[in-house]
Amino acid sequence: MNERLLRLAPALFGVLALVLWEAAVRLTGVPVYLVPGPLAIVGAFLSDPGGLLVALASTLAVTFAALIAAAALGLAMALAMSASRLARAAIMPWAVVLQVTPIVAIAPLIIIWVGNPFASLVVCAVIVAFFPVFANTATGLASVPPELADLFVLYGAGRWRTLALLRLPAALPYFLSGLRISGGLALVGAVVAEFVAGSGGFASGLAYRILEAGYRLQVARMFAALVLLSGAGIVINIGLGALGDAILRRRGLSAVAGA
Amino acid sequence: MLRIEAVGRRFAGGVEALRGVSLDVGAGDFIALLGPSGCGKSTLLRLIAGLDAPDTGRLDWDGGKRPAPGDIGYVFQDATLLPWATAEENVFLPLRLKGMAWAAAAEDVRGVLHRVGLAGFEGARPGQLSGGMRMRVSIARALVTRPRILLMDEPFAALDEFTRHRLQADLHAVWEQVGCTVVFVTHSIYEAAYLARRIVLMSSRPGRIAREIVSPLTVGPETRLDPAYAALVRTVTTALEGALEAA
Repeated sequence: MNERLLRLAPALFGVLALVLWEAAVRLTGVPVYLVPGPLAIVGAFLSDPGGLLVALASTLAVTFAALIAAAALGLAMALAMSASRLARAAIMPWAVVLQVTPIVAIAPLIIIWVGNPFASLVVCAVIVAFFPVFANTATGLASVPPELADLFVLYGAGRWRTLALLRLPAALPYFLSGLRISGGLALVGAVVAEFVAGSGGFASGLAYRILEAGYRLQVARMFAALVLLSGAGIVINIGLGALGDAILRRRGLSAVAGA
Repeated sequence: MLRIEAVGRRFAGGVEALRGVSLDVGAGDFIALLGPSGCGKSTLLRLIAGLDAPDTGRLDWDGGKRPAPGDIGYVFQDATLLPWATAEENVFLPLRLKGMAWAAAAEDVRGVLHRVGLAGFEGARPGQLSGGMRMRVSIARALVTRPRILLMDEPFAALDEFTRHRLQADLHAVWEQVGCTVVFVTHSIYEAAYLARRIVLMSSRPGRIAREIVSPLTVGPETRLDPAYAALVRTVTTALEGALEAA
């Protein structure tokens, strides 16, 4: 009974919060253009579901393109770093610089330089999403126990066979946990880039719909778009987590602790 | 088979691990390198394996050339298995790295797993095996290439006493069947006395060979109860204490 209650607790808390929110809005009479209640938000979504879902699809297209590119780039750079100390010394500081630079500050530049709107959004999202998968994979490639590495030396395995049979499989749990974090960040990056691009008049994605609704004081529609974004983020996180768990379970491994 | 001549090894930071170590390793020997922690036993084993190089002295192999990959088997203190691979795949690894196909290797792999008592566990992953069984997989992996020399670095140190005794007896039986040379690092006097034909005592800091004792025992099921075994343990203990005091 306690376990079941624990599992249901988040949903129950959410329902309770929504009921209290709706009750508070109705009892105080606060205008809908300031704080809409949950029912008004549902109404705003149902009044134009197509428009919001098309915008969501556009945001998700940017998110997944960025996630795939971030995974490929992160893996390639982690491999380069593990292969050469010179590459590690050259790459690591710049990867950190890229991670700590606020994307909102460089997004306008990227949009101007890249030109193509979709590609520029993807580049912005890649910059945000790239670091976790890169850093985790680099950690995983370096996590091989020295005795196992010695064993491969003893049996005359070359660099590529050691990579294929030892380092890459050892890095898989780290890569997957990094991918899960990057999935959420790719969505964040896509939305930030869409806000910047939307401010410049490029109409695409849910972020633009939020901007547009804000200009028109359609606060309920802003909330509806926000709910869709949160839902997408949750689905991406849970989906990538389940995918990672399934892959690792098939290989008799478990996820990296703390990931 | 191998002559180690006046070998020395000093690590970065100035720690001298070995000084003037000389030892002849004959074909079919079972040698125990016995000494306290930090006396350079593992360093000497790594030098023999070619995983490290001496600063002074030399290692001369019969025929003048280093053993080929697969001529040396190595068993570490931990089983060091690939956690994503089955017992069979772990044992196949050295042959795979030599370029053998599974079809050609399968019989050898299953045979050696059977020999170490793991028939029926070919498809188990390390996480599904006990510590003793994982060590058996590790020994099978070291034996599958039919090595000329088997190097073992305190392989049973992390196991419980009952498992350790069983594995010692099984290792001895495998050594008698296979007939390869074994160099076995341990800090257990009982283990060295039970397993080895030659017990090489090492003193510490820097590691040197203090004395060698040849075992008079013929190992059998009752060896641990044999007064000759108790006498050998006493002899080795006295000699080791003397070596450590003199160092």
